[in-house]
Amino acid sequence: MAGLKLTNVAKTYGGSVEVLKDINLDIQQGELIVFVGPSGCGKSTLLRMIAGLEKISDGALEIDGQLVNDVPPAQRGIAMVFQSYALYPHMTVRDNMAFALKIAKKPKDEINTIVEKTAEMLQLTPYLDRLPKALSGGQRQRVAIGRSIVRDPKVYLFDEPLSNLDAALRVATRIEIARLKERMPDRTMIYVTHDQVEAMTLASRIVVLANKGIAQVGTPLELYETPQNEFVAQFIGSPSMNLLRGEIIGTGAQTRIKLLDGRYILSDVPTTEEDLGLTVNVGIRPEDFVLSDENGAYCGTVDITEALGEVTLVYFKVDTLADGAEPIVAKLPGVQKDLRGTRVCLTAAPEKVHVFHEGQSLLYRNR
Amino acid sequence: MSPLLQGVVMILIGLSGCIGYFYVSNFVLDKIIFPPKLDDQGRNINRANLVRPWLFLLPALLLLSLYLIYPVVGSFYRSLFNRANTEFVGLANYGALWNDSGFRTALYNNFLWVLVVPAASTFMGLLVAQLTDKLSWGNVAKSLIFMPMAISFVGASLIWRFVYAVDPNIGIINALRDTVGLSPMDPLQLPFWNNFFLMVILVWIQTGFAMVILSAALRGIPEDTIEAAVIDGAKPRQIFFRIKVPQIKGTIMVVWTTITITVLKVFDIVYAMTGGNFKTEILPSYMMDYMFRDDGRATAVAFVIMILVLPVMIWNISNARKEMR
Repeated sequence: MAGLKLTNVAKTYGGSVEVLKDINLDIQQGELIVFVGPSGCGKSTLLRMIAGLEKISDGALEIDGQLVNDVPPAQRGIAMVFQSYALYPHMTVRDNMAFALKIAKKPKDEINTIVEKTAEMLQLTPYLDRLPKALSGGQRQRVAIGRSIVRDPKVYLFDEPLSNLDAALRVATRIEIARLKERMPDRTMIYVTHDQVEAMTLASRIVVLANKGIAQVGTPLELYETPQNEFVAQFIGSPSMNLLRGEIIGTGAQTRIKLLDGRYILSDVPTTEEDLGLTVNVGIRPEDFVLSDENGAYCGTVDITEALGEVTLVYFKVDTLADGAEPIVAKLPGVQKDLRGTRVCLTAAPEKVHVFHEGQSLLYRNR
Repeated sequence: MSPLLQGVVMILIGLSGCIGYFYVSNFVLDKIIFPPKLDDQGRNINRANLVRPWLFLLPALLLLSLYLIYPVVGSFYRSLFNRANTEFVGLANYGALWNDSGFRTALYNNFLWVLVVPAASTFMGLLVAQLTDKLSWGNVAKSLIFMPMAISFVGASLIWRFVYAVDPNIGIINALRDTVGLSPMDPLQLPFWNNFFLMVILVWIQTGFAMVILSAALRGIPEDTIEAAVIDGAKPRQIFFRIKVPQIKGTIMVVWTTITITVLKVFDIVYAMTGGNFKTEILPSYMMDYMFRDDGRATAVAFVIMILVLPVMIWNISNARKEMR
């Protein structure tokens, strides 16, 4: 089993600057784990610690059940694809891919066979004798991927591999990586990105990093449907989940919440009697809003609409919202041309309403 | 008028002359030759912009070529005449050079210098640059190694005279010999090897130069190519020779050729250390031996040196231009 296990892993610089702490993570063989998080959250640092490019300040990293904290990168059975491709500029594509094998003193014929097979798989055969500078960005990234494939590592590490590509190429390469994963289901991959679309589409599980630690680990849909805290709730999904203040006035299998303007909303999040009177944040995703009559939960004036064709983003100011506060955003189907300046009322189905207390989801607390 | 004042006045006259030239020529170009008027506006502005660089650069180019080309032609012309500059002798001076064993020794020694000094300096510079790269006190070490660059060749030679001194109380080589009970000797009179003792001085000076340039080049290597090599399993030595050095090959060539050109011009070291005796003569010092005594012969040597430097120079410039791209 080529899994990874991180136990209380921490990273400090110069003994005082703490970047990551108490990272506990169990990665199974064959998973594609995506690290996401805002810039500066330490996701690349964590990846580089797994690669062995950064020292692990504290805790234990096990690959395949073996403690590798002090094992040099080359012997960890990993390969890494860098954001900037990191191709050797003075070597041809062939030599770039063969470098690791040459260092490992593999026989020449074997190297040639592996390189040519990999090149064919990545459609790089016509470029084998070119230098990296004569390739396009997408081709370069494919060479970088090829360079890790030839080593046949147990764990693939991707450090924002698509960030330097333009939008169209990014989608194409993303699909290529997904195919690559499919072709080797027993290989573990760890993928760092700040792009949530990449995370949602590629990951078997996503690790959301924030505030020096892990905010939540789960499958993409788990994170989307049942975020553990406000951070994950707002980080996953675009536009972000709306949060509005309210007070619990009815508990049980369903929770009844009174909003600031005196309106009510029901949530499927179960609560106990102790929660009565608790001040909470009600979270509703823009796409979960539906238009309703005056009995709706949120009523207000439409500020701006953004028509995206298949949907319209409607920014509206709830009656009780203080001046200057972020407007609530709803994603309504189709084109909603004439909403601007009008008064609308919206509501959401109880199963779509999230409830957070002090940043944490009540759903998880009460489980 | 005191000479100081004279100098200042001349500088002022020169400067205002230059500024005046640029101003007036620019005015003439813009207002009189190609005035941006009515229907010709755009075209005339473009024309003026085409002419302007030539207008501004021409005086400098002319003066430069005058002072570069005239001496070359003049030297060659002078080398065709006899010692007293009274009689045209054709290529006789060159023939005499070829038949002179002193010249052949100088040529041979110079060949050794060109072979050894650039290679040794570049190699040492690269070594120092790499070793000091990640060191906290690396900059101090680099400053110390760069220091000899600031010393004139003659000054450096004087310092090394002490190193090579025969007296064991002064010279380090003889001090070492003394401690193991060997009698003192003069390193500079040791046939063949004395050339290398002289080369050491230039290597000592040029290592700093190579180090500074190569250190900057090493810093310019993308860090992630090195990290990729680490992950690929390369050992530090393999990373250095297979990842780093190839990436700064262009810079290494520029440093190498620049030092080669320096080597072909250096005469001070030989002149100050041995005066060209004990078979340590090289071309520039050989030339100095004849200068003012037989200018025909000296200019012939100068011309030979120029012919030798030229291809290196061209190669150097083309390398440097490639680097800049």
